[in-house]
Amino acid sequence: MSFRQALESGKFLVTAEVGPGKGTDVEHLLKDAQIIKDRVDAINVTDLQSSVMRLGSMAVCHMLTDMGIDPVFQVTCRDRNRLALQSDLLSGWALGIRNVLALTGDHPTMGDHPRAKPVFDLDSVTLLEVIGKLNSGLDMSGNELKGSPDLLPGAVVNPGADNEAALDLQIIKMEKKIEAGAKFFQTQGVYDLDAFEKFMKRVEGLNTKVLVGIILLKSVGMARYMNKNVAGVFVPEPLIQELKKAEDKAQASMNIAIRLIKGAKDLCDGVHIMALGWESKIPPIMDEIGL
Amino acid sequence: MIIAEQKTLAEIQEMVAPYRKILLVGCGTCMTFCSAGGPEEVNKLADALVAENKDMVVDKTTTPRQCAEKFIDRLKDKVGDHEAILSMACGNGVQAVASRFPDKPVLPALNTQFIGVEQEKGVWTENCLACGDCILWRTGGVCPVTRCAKSLLNGACGGASEGSCEVSKDRPCAWQEIYHALKRLNMLHYLKGKPQVKDWPIHPGRVVREDLREIKAT
Repeated sequence: MSFRQALESGKFLVTAEVGPGKGTDVEHLLKDAQIIKDRVDAINVTDLQSSVMRLGSMAVCHMLTDMGIDPVFQVTCRDRNRLALQSDLLSGWALGIRNVLALTGDHPTMGDHPRAKPVFDLDSVTLLEVIGKLNSGLDMSGNELKGSPDLLPGAVVNPGADNEAALDLQIIKMEKKIEAGAKFFQTQGVYDLDAFEKFMKRVEGLNTKVLVGIILLKSVGMARYMNKNVAGVFVPEPLIQELKKAEDKAQASMNIAIRLIKGAKDLCDGVHIMALGWESKIPPIMDEIGL
Repeated sequence: MIIAEQKTLAEIQEMVAPYRKILLVGCGTCMTFCSAGGPEEVNKLADALVAENKDMVVDKTTTPRQCAEKFIDRLKDKVGDHEAILSMACGNGVQAVASRFPDKPVLPALNTQFIGVEQEKGVWTENCLACGDCILWRTGGVCPVTRCAKSLLNGACGGASEGSCEVSKDRPCAWQEIYHALKRLNMLHYLKGKPQVKDWPIHPGRVVREDLREIKAT
């Protein structure tokens, strides 16, 4: 079943993601994808995540399609103007890519080429509009395409925005993204189910699918790092302590993920698991939840 | 106003190295107000250059603006046999002076930073990119093109933390500032407007006002 069919079927969706590395070596990444291939509805491929120069999303998405996996092509507005974005969307389609996640992208200062010229010619909302336009057979300037894609557009939202203004802004933008054609949302990593429930209440009238983001906590250090450096991600102290005290850290991390997914399952339409190299933990997590 | 900072003395030294007699020209408007190239800075830089180069003659003057022909013209009797003009104007002033005196090397003593304001004593912040299509009426008087690090037009990204931009803690999230301003003005509905795509200006800019042009004799 393709991701689009899964989305339309109304089933509880499961997606994961892989991040290409710096260089041409894809052996580990493809192995990770192979492990979860039959357990997920789609696998996202990140686009120069954290503004670090890496192997590209489109190439890796294409490799996943060769393996019979339906990839979600993550496209940020950081590095490409409207010409390059449209061309890459067409190119992705020509290579067998069917799903796109439209993102603004981190600022170049976050990565390893901090003084690169930021582009941001379009943003996540207008990129979604452009996907719709390409799907309709026209480019952004209204020129007719000879052969057009039928991409499934998705977007992201950050339910953990840390103040009222930030959260209102997230929800207003989410509405704009839906208006612009987003058919599904994958959220930033969620650790606070109460806050997530409140968020879902606020967006329950919106006609879309929300996949809760779950980032596997690989270590106490990683949890603390995210609390300090990743906007919208907050790992509560009791979870950090649970991980700290556990003898089997991997099992503790899985237990936390299992609890979070079980708790979120009835609140939303799916889960997006960011395993960060721990893809082998995804099948046992899903077994435990009964997915 | 335009905000600038003086270049390092080392770079200025490298520029002036071939010359023994230079005219150092301050600028009396923006550069004076931002303490980068007014009469006071002209004096300090002249002293520093003479201290470093004993045989160098540095003559000093300040003109009200180096970007307007009538004020640049006041320099014509002073330029004389100076081998080079070291300008403490913004990049605009440097080029205007260079175009008026094409036979003299005109050297920039400053790095022009941006159009902005003095936010507090000794701190200046950027407010306008001169993008050619002002949308401040829709954004509560806060410019996202300039003050959002990504120049986002359709709302905040997810990168803000505790009200600060992801690029640095000392830069407030422009979209949160817009949110607060619009809320204060009962104009929050402006946030929900139709998504905008920017038509970026073509550089170099050129403004033509037919109503003000002199009618050429035919």
